[in-house]
Amino acid sequence: MSNIGSYEQRLKDFDWSISEKELGYKKGDNINIGWYCTDRICQMGNGDKLALIHQDHLGNVRNFTYNDIRQLSNTFAAFFVKLGLKPGERICIFMDRVPELYISFMGILKTGAIAQPLFSAFGDESLFTRLDNAKTSAILTQKKHLPKVRKILATLPELRHIIVIDAGDASLKEREISFDMEKEPRVDKFDVYPSTAETPSVLHYTSGTTGQPKGAQHVHYSLIGQYLTAKWVLDLQPDDIYWCNADPGWVTGTSYGIIGPWANGITQAVLDAGFNAEHWYAFIQKHKITVWYSAPTAIRLLMKEGIDLVRKFDLSSLRHLCSVGEPLNAEAVLWSKEAFGLMFHDTFWQTETGAIMITNFPGMPIKPGSMGKPFPGITATVVDPRNFEPVNNPGTVGLIAFRPGWPSMMRSYWNNPEVYKNKFKNGWYLSGDRASIDADGYFWFVGRDDDVINTGGHLVGPFEIESALLEHPAVAESAAIGKPDPVNMEVVKAFVALKPGYQPSDDLELEIMNFIRKKLSPLAMPQEIEFVKSLPKTRSGKIMRRLLRAQEWGEPIGDISTLEND
Amino acid sequence: MDDKEMKKMVLDYVKREYLEEGDDREITESTPLISGGIVDSFSMVSLKRFLEKKFSIAIPDADASPEAFDTVNSIVALVNRFIK
Repeated sequence: MSNIGSYEQRLKDFDWSISEKELGYKKGDNINIGWYCTDRICQMGNGDKLALIHQDHLGNVRNFTYNDIRQLSNTFAAFFVKLGLKPGERICIFMDRVPELYISFMGILKTGAIAQPLFSAFGDESLFTRLDNAKTSAILTQKKHLPKVRKILATLPELRHIIVIDAGDASLKEREISFDMEKEPRVDKFDVYPSTAETPSVLHYTSGTTGQPKGAQHVHYSLIGQYLTAKWVLDLQPDDIYWCNADPGWVTGTSYGIIGPWANGITQAVLDAGFNAEHWYAFIQKHKITVWYSAPTAIRLLMKEGIDLVRKFDLSSLRHLCSVGEPLNAEAVLWSKEAFGLMFHDTFWQTETGAIMITNFPGMPIKPGSMGKPFPGITATVVDPRNFEPVNNPGTVGLIAFRPGWPSMMRSYWNNPEVYKNKFKNGWYLSGDRASIDADGYFWFVGRDDDVINTGGHLVGPFEIESALLEHPAVAESAAIGKPDPVNMEVVKAFVALKPGYQPSDDLELEIMNFIRKKLSPLAMPQEIEFVKSLPKTRSGKIMRRLLRAQEWGEPIGDISTLEND
Repeated sequence: MDDKEMKKMVLDYVKREYLEEGDDREITESTPLISGGIVDSFSMVSLKRFLEKKFSIAIPDADASPEAFDTVNSIVALVNRFIK
């Protein structure tokens, strides 16, 4: 029996107080995610239960019980307090998926500071942009990422502490301090910050069409949504061994790679290694994973390796599969049925929504390729982009919109209230994605409503790439778009016009690709560069990305009446 | 160019392009690059482009799997398949 039981019945009697009651929370109480995910589980008598099974790329395994993560997060928290870090200050986590990432996240929240996780593959410029915008006070990192931090340190005066978790005998410089979690005396008692529902908790950066990335700011009350969606959608049950593929540099990796499973007192397994189909299956077999939350890009990579490889492993422990990041194509759903005897359940949500919004629930008939139906308590629709009124005809495409007010919704964009305000029209939060709803109430994803590129389930903003391209000495002007890709849905393609004196060449293309990879991230690196004489622009000089994208996708180019020299 | 020289060239390129300055991790011809998190699946594209350019070959996407790119040894084995 699944946790959700009957979806239809849940719709009838749903109230978020279901989650509040299960967590023992009443309006006006203190609520601290760090405490709920560690101390509370221990108080329930589960201190000896495994919270984290961690395996690195060499196969070394480290286990942590709930009592371990309670004490170790206290130890982190006490250290932050000793450094003088105050509630509300931003503490960045810039690490690979090592145990310290997961545990320090809880430690930060216990102090009342705001956790700002960032993807460790970010280049120095991506890192700088986000630390500068958040005016971050401290960063936790590993020795291997220290060079990137050092490169930008001089221009970040607010960044007072660089905390290195594995410094060993490396010589540290000014503002740098070593903190070895395993060697510190454990702190058994820590006065957890008395945060309330609206106290800021997590700051996750996400990309938009224009401007630099924006920090979606969440609050401790988000726990109410993350706890219940993890329970009902991922169907986490007491004996499960759960594996979430997502890196906590992105929202899935915190909402469902840390908070959701630990608030439910579940054992989760983490594999800190790059993609390798054989290693992944061996990991599932070794740790007897029961619930697996993956992503379409990963599933499609597994498909490429074939079903024969699947058959070499005993994956019979698996009982429930979910997917997130980009639309899950019907072929992948059907393949998973053949490969694992189970269908992947697609889930739809965003950095801004903080928790799953539309999904295929356990027990609900899956229409392969569909996003599923809204979570109980979520009012979702598609609206007409002209008047922002709900579209009532089944099959008609509109903008996916939600009625604001769910617990895990972002509360603002950091230092960017105007952009936040623009996300709401006619009483709806606009997701920026397009879909239709069929006669049975299932949502069907169509695409983005803007120029943001969804590559491998991660959003990349064209403006950020174009700005970085202009910093290359050969580039006069540029445009970045998403081009279709069978594995990643989209990959970045850049159109580049060169400055006088530079000639297109394979060498220059590779040089520019690597330039962006190191500056921003591998995700932002153009996988193709097309050298052009000039870019199509409007009469006012704005580059018409829409035109380039339509040409790339073989779509109608639409109205080009404003095109310069048309 | 023999295998030894090819491996050295690829290894030098990986160290230069995929490790940060000051990153003192030891990388050898058998170090896992993809599963070890040194080169991710997105960055594989630039590594593939480098190999194609340097050895004047075309590696079909179907052959450019994470497994084939996982070590310098496996990369050179892959390149040898396409050198005429």
